[in-house]
Amino acid sequence: MFLKVAVSSLVSRKGSAVMTLMAISVAIFVLLGIEQIRQQARESFASTVSGVDLIVGAKTGSLNLLLYSVFRIGSPTDNISWQAYREIADADDVAWTIPISLGDSHKGYRVVGTTEAFFKYFSFGKKRRLAFYKGEAFEGTFDAVLGSEVATALGYSMGTEVILAHGLASASFTKHDNQPFVVVGVLAPTGTPVDHTIHVRLEGIEAIHAGGSKVPIGAFAPANRPTTNFSEPESITAFMLGLKSRMSTFNVQRQINEFAGEPLMAILPGVALSELWQTMSIFENVLRLISALVLLAAVLGMGAVLLASIRERHQEIHLLRMMGASPFYLFCLVEMEALILCLLGMLLGGVCLYTALFVTGDAIFSRFGIYLDATLLTPEAALMLVVVLLATLVAAAVPSLKMYTSARNIT
Amino acid sequence: MVVQLTGVQFSYERDCQKQLLDIAHWGVKRGERILIHGPSGAGKTTLLHIMSGLLTCTRGEVSVMDQRLDQMSVQQRDQFRANNIGCVFQRFNLIPYLNAIDNIGLAHSFSAGGSGQWRDEATALLSALMIDRGDWAKPASNLSMGQQQRVAIARALINSPALLIADEPTSSLDSDNRDNFLSLLMELIGKRDMTLIFVSHDMALAEHFTRLEALSEITQRPG
Repeated sequence: MFLKVAVSSLVSRKGSAVMTLMAISVAIFVLLGIEQIRQQARESFASTVSGVDLIVGAKTGSLNLLLYSVFRIGSPTDNISWQAYREIADADDVAWTIPISLGDSHKGYRVVGTTEAFFKYFSFGKKRRLAFYKGEAFEGTFDAVLGSEVATALGYSMGTEVILAHGLASASFTKHDNQPFVVVGVLAPTGTPVDHTIHVRLEGIEAIHAGGSKVPIGAFAPANRPTTNFSEPESITAFMLGLKSRMSTFNVQRQINEFAGEPLMAILPGVALSELWQTMSIFENVLRLISALVLLAAVLGMGAVLLASIRERHQEIHLLRMMGASPFYLFCLVEMEALILCLLGMLLGGVCLYTALFVTGDAIFSRFGIYLDATLLTPEAALMLVVVLLATLVAAAVPSLKMYTSARNIT
Repeated sequence: MVVQLTGVQFSYERDCQKQLLDIAHWGVKRGERILIHGPSGAGKTTLLHIMSGLLTCTRGEVSVMDQRLDQMSVQQRDQFRANNIGCVFQRFNLIPYLNAIDNIGLAHSFSAGGSGQWRDEATALLSALMIDRGDWAKPASNLSMGQQQRVAIARALINSPALLIADEPTSSLDSDNRDNFLSLLMELIGKRDMTLIFVSHDMALAEHFTRLEALSEITQRPG
């Protein structure tokens, strides 16, 4: 009966109840939506690189190494000599390596010189391998494989010729226009920096920088022909490596950090990624703060609406008291009305968010690389909802107390 | 005695020398039907609130059904009122957003225990009060004033109280509805052997009652 009274009472005040309900729904939508995006952003960020045990570069800060090797942000401090790379790559514990050579760009997109190992071993997300949307991995010296974003943004497809520029500016003066590269493959979207990268063979990078003199025989051969004979590069920028056994990770890391020939360092990508994410925690906290404030506004609004309604309910209070209702009953009645509004708001906001994620999930993934998996009720979200319920009860305590006191002082 | 007031004084303002009510001794016997009349503002409603335990007197003893209301806690008085006292007012006797049946059910829910067959009793009461079956499920706010006041009798009687308190219940009714209301009320009270305390300024109702009281005679005002 108590519940029936509370529900009927709200229904009798449809207008204000519906407006309040909508305010709460929007707040819940924002709260859960931001939480979802925050968590998924963190997860997809943390899995920008997976399956790589160590990233090796010249001695620098670990964040710097991560930024230039994975995110193509900033510049490497120094290179690694080819001998040092071979020495480490040939060590017993090392299963595979992906060399990376940076320094060139095309219309603002970074170009990475690497080997077939990149397509074979690099993975992201939950151990997902790179997939080809079109074409296949490079074979010839002047073959290029585009990240999905590069292909869509520049409107390139198979067979397009790409001229690389030295440095990063899209209007760089030094263009390697003596030798264009030809697109042989386009990668499927990954939501990682791979999407913004043009991948070519290490030899290709060497060839264009060598100019006319050191061009290997066959470099000017048709692009689709495999090129086997190439001069080894003098140096590379960094490399990623996979180990035969993860048990040896720290051992190998220490060996690389103490490498005798030149100053090198190795980082664990997972650790470095979460360190980098930590530096962005202010951004996360601001998002949370905003959603908390939106919620606070909604809950306070509800409190105000309920408080205003108490004034109109004077006769109702008197009648209920005469029927034998205690002041506490009336206190609970208002709290219950608030609780019903809050629970309905959660339901409505949750359903709207779920629908929104379901409808826009693919678009968000391909655009921002954030995969929203529409599991809304994570433990953290559940905890938030409990906090919302408590906030509701606290905010509703004001009108409830008003109800209580007017029930107590019947004149 | 159903009601017994001894040395009851009441004032809305604290430390006020002038008492709104000052009753040396007054009582109501079982089965009596009392009409209390007096000018408005004289304290009729206040007296009813004291007898129903909604207000506590500043001084004195208030016994209803041989139980001391002035010694009970707020909660005890609420419970006592739900179990033993039925009330009908001039207007706003029903929760407007609940239908007739639910209003009666709500009144029943406040009483301790009671029979599980309140629904049967409610329908019997509504039938006896000549409310059409089709109006039982309508929100109370959609009923006519005459209907509302009759449903209010059912609502007040559902817990079979020993005492019924009525505060100008006929003032907002036209003469037809008023006569109808009174005859139905008296019939039901007679069947149940209940005590009635009825407040009105309308002396024309006097024929229905066993005892007439002027508030000015009950309460003695100093000076």
